[in-house]
Amino acid sequence: MSLFEELHKTTQHLRKHRLPHQDGAPILRAEGLGLRYESGVALEGASFVLMTGERLAIVGPNGAGKSTLLKIIAGVLQPTEGRVHIYGNEPGGHICIAYVPQRSQVDWNFPVTVADVVMMGRVGQLGLFRNPRTSDWNLVEQALKIVGMSDLARRQINQLSGGQQQRMFIARALAQEAELMLMDEPFTGLDINSQEEVFRILDDLKARGVTVLVSLHDLKMATQRFDQVMLLNQRMLGIGTPGWVLTPENLLSAYGGRLHWVPTEEGMLALGDTCCGDNES
Amino acid sequence: MINFLLEPLQYAFMARGLAASVMVGIVCAIVGTYVVLRGMAFFGDALAHAILPGIAVGYLIGGGSREPLFWWALVAAILSSLGIGAISRSTKIKEDTAIGIIFAGSFALGVALISTVRSYTVDLAHFLFGDVLGVRASDLWLIAVFGGLVLLAILAFYKEFMVLSFDPVLAATLRLPARLLEFLLLILIAVTIVVSLQTVGVALMVAMLVTPAATAYLLTKRLPVMMALSAAMASISGVIGLYLSYYLSIASGAAIVLTCTAIFGLVWGGQFLRKAV
Repeated sequence: MSLFEELHKTTQHLRKHRLPHQDGAPILRAEGLGLRYESGVALEGASFVLMTGERLAIVGPNGAGKSTLLKIIAGVLQPTEGRVHIYGNEPGGHICIAYVPQRSQVDWNFPVTVADVVMMGRVGQLGLFRNPRTSDWNLVEQALKIVGMSDLARRQINQLSGGQQQRMFIARALAQEAELMLMDEPFTGLDINSQEEVFRILDDLKARGVTVLVSLHDLKMATQRFDQVMLLNQRMLGIGTPGWVLTPENLLSAYGGRLHWVPTEEGMLALGDTCCGDNES
Repeated sequence: MINFLLEPLQYAFMARGLAASVMVGIVCAIVGTYVVLRGMAFFGDALAHAILPGIAVGYLIGGGSREPLFWWALVAAILSSLGIGAISRSTKIKEDTAIGIIFAGSFALGVALISTVRSYTVDLAHFLFGDVLGVRASDLWLIAVFGGLVLLAILAFYKEFMVLSFDPVLAATLRLPARLLEFLLLILIAVTIVVSLQTVGVALMVAMLVTPAATAYLLTKRLPVMMALSAAMASISGVIGLYLSYYLSIASGAAIVLTCTAIFGLVWGGQFLRKAV
């Protein structure tokens, strides 16, 4: 990235310039996305379209490139092949995309409260040299209410449970007024109740027309709770309904021998042995 | 007691020294908040050492005059922070290794240059450990103006620096000019170090950047409070340190740093005991 680009970004930030949304364009269109490092391939040939309000789960083994794909869509990583279009434009000029980080990647001892973190979502709209106004604080309050954390606004972030941590970041994405939310392993390490709470919020988001991409390692959850799944193992092995994508052949080529097959009422259910995508690139 | 406090103030050099150490304390402590939160202590230490050749050149050219030192040090500090950034970005060498190379290399160059002057041990000691009682009125102005500029910049970019330090990925999705902001922060640290040079010197600088901020970090979980507490403790340490230096006849820079360390020890010890009970 050149100095010129940085200066350009600065002036855009100052002018609060944002790319327009083309009418009728899908919220997300990926064309042959790939990322190659000198050491190898992180992702290749990911092509798909996502319409507004859809909810897609991305599944695949550790190191399959789930986080990489999310970060490319967010515009944080630059793909070496292919393109991303957000409402018909490159992702770089949009601030309507929120990335909800893996909880393990956050410094929980950073001296901020829940409200401080949620307010960070407003920084893009505020621009340089401006302090949050009442309307910004109202949005923060509203976002916290939606995720059911109004009473925790003044809590230090290291005093939150795993589920609360996850919900705080969803609130931050709401404060950002994100239309596309990218969630990296939001269910990892959460107990059943917290997972249900996050699903309740996801349904709420769907009702609000927010498009959501979730990376998961739990194949059972993807099958039972999502209408749309993508199977990824560096290459995109399929996208569509779980029954269509998560076939034994596809799963075998994604996971190799690292699968358990569990019989259920509907047939066989595959469980990946991967867990806790902390070290995923 | 009043006499005890007032007696040193009858000397103009003590009054100037106190003013300098309070101002320096505040600037260092607030910039130091980011040094602590972002884990840049080694960078701060290295940068302080790396400006020695700049000081040496200014010293040799000025023939012992203090006037040009500030500007030479400023140039050296900015060049070193750029050099560290350039090396770690352009090769596979990790940042701490790049810091080590630049740090030791330039420090050695500084010592070599200063050693060409016969009376070098005394002057070298001043650069290394500070000479706060040698602060002149014009130095106070430089500290006030440049320290003030640093604080203004921290205030102006407060929320951007907070986002960048807490969550760089958020900074990227909000399309903040992250590289430029990071670069600005390095420059601010460099200016802070140069401003503080006369108070604690090159070798003890990292303590002023890190110790009060770390003490405040133990006491609070909010960034503005951390900055305020850190500034308060650093300026108090400056005052206590100078009185200790006056009454016990110990080196002033060392006395200030030891006071900071003692406060950290008390806070840490207090928390340790409270947890143990």
